[in-house]
Amino acid sequence: MTATLAKPPADIAWEPEQPRRKRNVGGFLNWVATHALGLALGLMFATPVVFVFLTAVMSDDQAFTADLWPREWHWENFVEVFDKAPLFQYLVNSLTYSLLATAGMLISSIPAAYALAKLQWRGRNVAFILVIGAMMLPPQVVAVPLYDTWSSLGLTGTLWPLIVPYFLFDAFSIFLLRQFMLTIPQSYVDAARVDGCSEFQALVRIIVPMAKPGIAATALFCFLFTWNDYFGPLLYTGEVKDQWTLSLALATFKGMHIVQWNSSMAVTFLTMIPAVVLFVFAQKSFVKGITFTGVKG
Amino acid sequence: MTATLGARPAPGRGRARARHRLAVLGFMAPAIIGFVLFFGYPLVATVVFSFTKYDLINAPEFNGLDNYTFMFKDPLLIKAITNTLWFVVVLTIARTVFALGVASVIARLKSGVGLIRTLCYLPSLAPPVAATLVFFMVLRPNGGPVDSILGWFGVDSPLWFSDPAWAKPGITAIMLWISGDLMIIILAAILDVPQEQYEAAELDGAGPIRRWWHVTLPTISPVLLFGIVNSVILALQLFTQAVVAGSAGSGAADATGSTKYLGYPDNSTLTFPVYLYTQGFRYFDMGYAAAMATVLFIISFAVTIVLVQRMRKNSSAEEGGPGA
Repeated sequence: MTATLAKPPADIAWEPEQPRRKRNVGGFLNWVATHALGLALGLMFATPVVFVFLTAVMSDDQAFTADLWPREWHWENFVEVFDKAPLFQYLVNSLTYSLLATAGMLISSIPAAYALAKLQWRGRNVAFILVIGAMMLPPQVVAVPLYDTWSSLGLTGTLWPLIVPYFLFDAFSIFLLRQFMLTIPQSYVDAARVDGCSEFQALVRIIVPMAKPGIAATALFCFLFTWNDYFGPLLYTGEVKDQWTLSLALATFKGMHIVQWNSSMAVTFLTMIPAVVLFVFAQKSFVKGITFTGVKG
Repeated sequence: MTATLGARPAPGRGRARARHRLAVLGFMAPAIIGFVLFFGYPLVATVVFSFTKYDLINAPEFNGLDNYTFMFKDPLLIKAITNTLWFVVVLTIARTVFALGVASVIARLKSGVGLIRTLCYLPSLAPPVAATLVFFMVLRPNGGPVDSILGWFGVDSPLWFSDPAWAKPGITAIMLWISGDLMIIILAAILDVPQEQYEAAELDGAGPIRRWWHVTLPTISPVLLFGIVNSVILALQLFTQAVVAGSAGSGAADATGSTKYLGYPDNSTLTFPVYLYTQGFRYFDMGYAAAMATVLFIISFAVTIVLVQRMRKNSSAEEGGPGA
């Protein structure tokens, strides 16, 4: 009797509470599990570089052992590698290639992307498909005739065969810039034209300022792509040591200093720094740019 | 825009048209010249060279289908094709599934998203040569970190880049480590899925796994297709990681002059592009390399068509017409 009387209020008081508490506990466990998994993934991605760094600061002898933690911290390893190979020369070569290519890409790709995104003309869709085709083409497909041409011009053994094309045509950059420019409302361009702007003025005064984040992202990708490039420098400068880029030299450094894990890992670590620095300063551009290559395609 | 132009008197319209055409031509001129010089001409020339015997020094000599018929008798080419097919299948599946998995976990995080996303993405910016050496060091069988850690559990480490059976899985591991770009693309797509769809599924009593399977996956399937096509292209082009893993594994003193290391161990890392490079630029058999390039071109062309068609479908769905 008392039980039947007591029960209804208990039902009202407890029933709604029960599932909520259950869900909270479940939700908490879920939260812990998800975040533990996320943290594990993050660590999994970071650990290899941590091991590289720890090996780089070990002594010559210890780097050869199975130790994971350095007994003494030999920071000077990062400096001494510059004596073991002309790294400074390679750095200058890498910067020459990357900076000139990026500058050339900006000059040639911004107008082309604008014409593909904002101007109406016959053959535009075909032109865009050709850009995608060029972007997807493995570089090895066209390597034979290009090498043949550059060699008859006497320019193999220099960085020019790598740099010059960027002043005319870089498919990926045109593609990415076009995707960015598509998001700029057509009305801005139209308004500029009504105000009497020429197409060139509309591009310089309206599109370029509005597409700045896209241009920054494209420039970053172009810089990193050339900085990381291995096939191009190997093909054209493989035989000429003083023209090597850092990427190319790094592949060899491992061979020359095979026993010295600390040295080769110090150089490996150094070559990864520019990408990290660029990312820290331009994280938003990276994420935006990378998203544009896939989602808005 | 066309309306403003249309409202103008005829002579002005004609001049505006001519100016417009000139502007398009001016903007596209460098790209057109560049495309012809660096893609149009070399594509045609590759096909022409593929019917010749050419060593870069003596003039090309027409030899009909010799280069192509030789392909069927070349055991190393068969090996290279098998290796590349291995990567096309394994790398494509592994990379897409892995990137999808990591992105799905990150999408569910409530705190620390920025840090974990950064950690997962950063390796993809590392130079491929460096990434390969990182794994070569971490996986080295005698006293490497992974070997030591496996040792604590009494497990013997595989020989990785010195074992023909493990070299390709080793390279796949490198490729997964640097697949952060695809992760970010998939993550953006997952975060773009309309919240109402999840709520509707939740009302129907679907748990998180069923919501992921029935809502997330179908919605992001265009992006997954992009990931698959992108991974196939990546697998077809696989060069740097294979060359560097081969040279580091063989302990070759010179990573550019010697051919002995290419494909080490036992040609297990000899991918199609690596073999093309060896024939063309180490043995200077340019005609044979051009024939291989022609084959590679046909295959990547087919893959590209899949991508272009998907993009066309997408853009007409998004912007209401193929014009945009």
